[in-house]
Amino acid sequence: MSKKTLVETTINGEAVEFLCEPRQSLLECLRDVLELTGSKEGCLTGDCGACSVLVDGRAVCSCLMLGVEAQGKNIRTVEGLADGTALHPLQQKFLEHASLQCGICTPGILVSATALLNRNPDPTEQEVRYALAGNLCRCTGYDKIVRAVLDAAKAMKSGARPNRAA
Amino acid sequence: MHAFNYESPSTLADALKLMKAHGEKARPLCGGTDLLIQMRAGVRQPEFVVDIKKIKELRELKFSARAGLRLGAAVSCIDIAENEEMRRNYPGLTEAAHLIGSLQIQNRASVGGNLCNGSPAADSTPALIALKARARIAGPRGEREVPVEEFVVSPGRTVLKPGELLVQLLIPAPAPHSSDAYLRFIPRNEMDIAVVGVGASVTLDGDKVKAARIGLGAVAATPLFAQKASESLAGKKLDDAALETAARLASEASSPIDDMRGTAEYRRHVTGVLTRRVLTIAAERARKR
Repeated sequence: MSKKTLVETTINGEAVEFLCEPRQSLLECLRDVLELTGSKEGCLTGDCGACSVLVDGRAVCSCLMLGVEAQGKNIRTVEGLADGTALHPLQQKFLEHASLQCGICTPGILVSATALLNRNPDPTEQEVRYALAGNLCRCTGYDKIVRAVLDAAKAMKSGARPNRAA
Repeated sequence: MHAFNYESPSTLADALKLMKAHGEKARPLCGGTDLLIQMRAGVRQPEFVVDIKKIKELRELKFSARAGLRLGAAVSCIDIAENEEMRRNYPGLTEAAHLIGSLQIQNRASVGGNLCNGSPAADSTPALIALKARARIAGPRGEREVPVEEFVVSPGRTVLKPGELLVQLLIPAPAPHSSDAYLRFIPRNEMDIAVVGVGASVTLDGDKVKAARIGLGAVAATPLFAQKASESLAGKKLDDAALETAARLASEASSPIDDMRGTAEYRRHVTGVLTRRVLTIAAERARKR
């Protein structure tokens, strides 16, 4: 029953293999097996978005996906946004706009915002708010987050670049 | 979560073999946005989880102006929402799929899964009822088709027998001068479970309604086809009186409960309000086609 399965996947651009039981969520695999603890455990019901990661470019709640389902998938976590010490423009703008307080929602919000800007480099405020509807923040009241995402979009249009294809 | 076996068959035949072999101990997995939550809560504890996302028939989204739509049970809500043909031909179903949960949920969840989960408040089910969708089911005794309004039999339970899988949803091609719409009432803008959901399709003949179908969600133990309300519109102009009659009949067809989302009385009232609005939107869209 609890036989472990080998899962072959790509995480943040690198081929990664890991062993997991079917009952382990992708979030558990990332945090407990691979020690990628940037993705946070919040509600475990798909409401808060703190565990958001990109799977083949789409934001998903990693708490609602099994680790074994990651077989053959291309996964990007918040750890894959910066290149060494060079921050992704979204990360830079979150700092400049003070878009976080406790920070537990921040990795998930950065991931959702990355998914948005990859598809829509010039979003309206409403589009940003819609794209982030699945990410709850209890500290900021969202305004600073939305401003940072809009500002990052502007910066990226005028040349600031994510260092890898996030 | 409890320990279970995971299988991800790549053909329908292999999936059906697994479903037959494990019967009630098996549960299909698509987006997992309901199943994983239920497994974590101990509500469902399947010994075998059968991932159906790799099966061609279940991933198919094929529209033709003659045959209509074949919508695989595993097609994600986002793939529906971003499909031009879906937006053009079935805007109501498309908007229903595009308001289930967050984008994170829509990126994983499917309309087929929304139906199979059997919630009375499933957003896409009233939209499917409005479109006269049929569920194509495969199982140990071959295939069968069930009208979508008969698919859910009680909260969380469906017509699927042990060993059976929902393969596709079959939806007729839109008739000339027809369209559909879906509206949900929730007390916030996004990310909530319907207090009431109403889907409608309208086919016009000049300035009169040729046919209409109204599906109701979250106002009974299962999603409902509001037959009397739908039939009351045939041959009528969609004026205030016709809308008022349809709204009243839809409201009478509902049998809601009191819960934290709203009282029964409130839900009956909102059923009428949304019925009026959704018929008006569907008719406006139909006029342009």
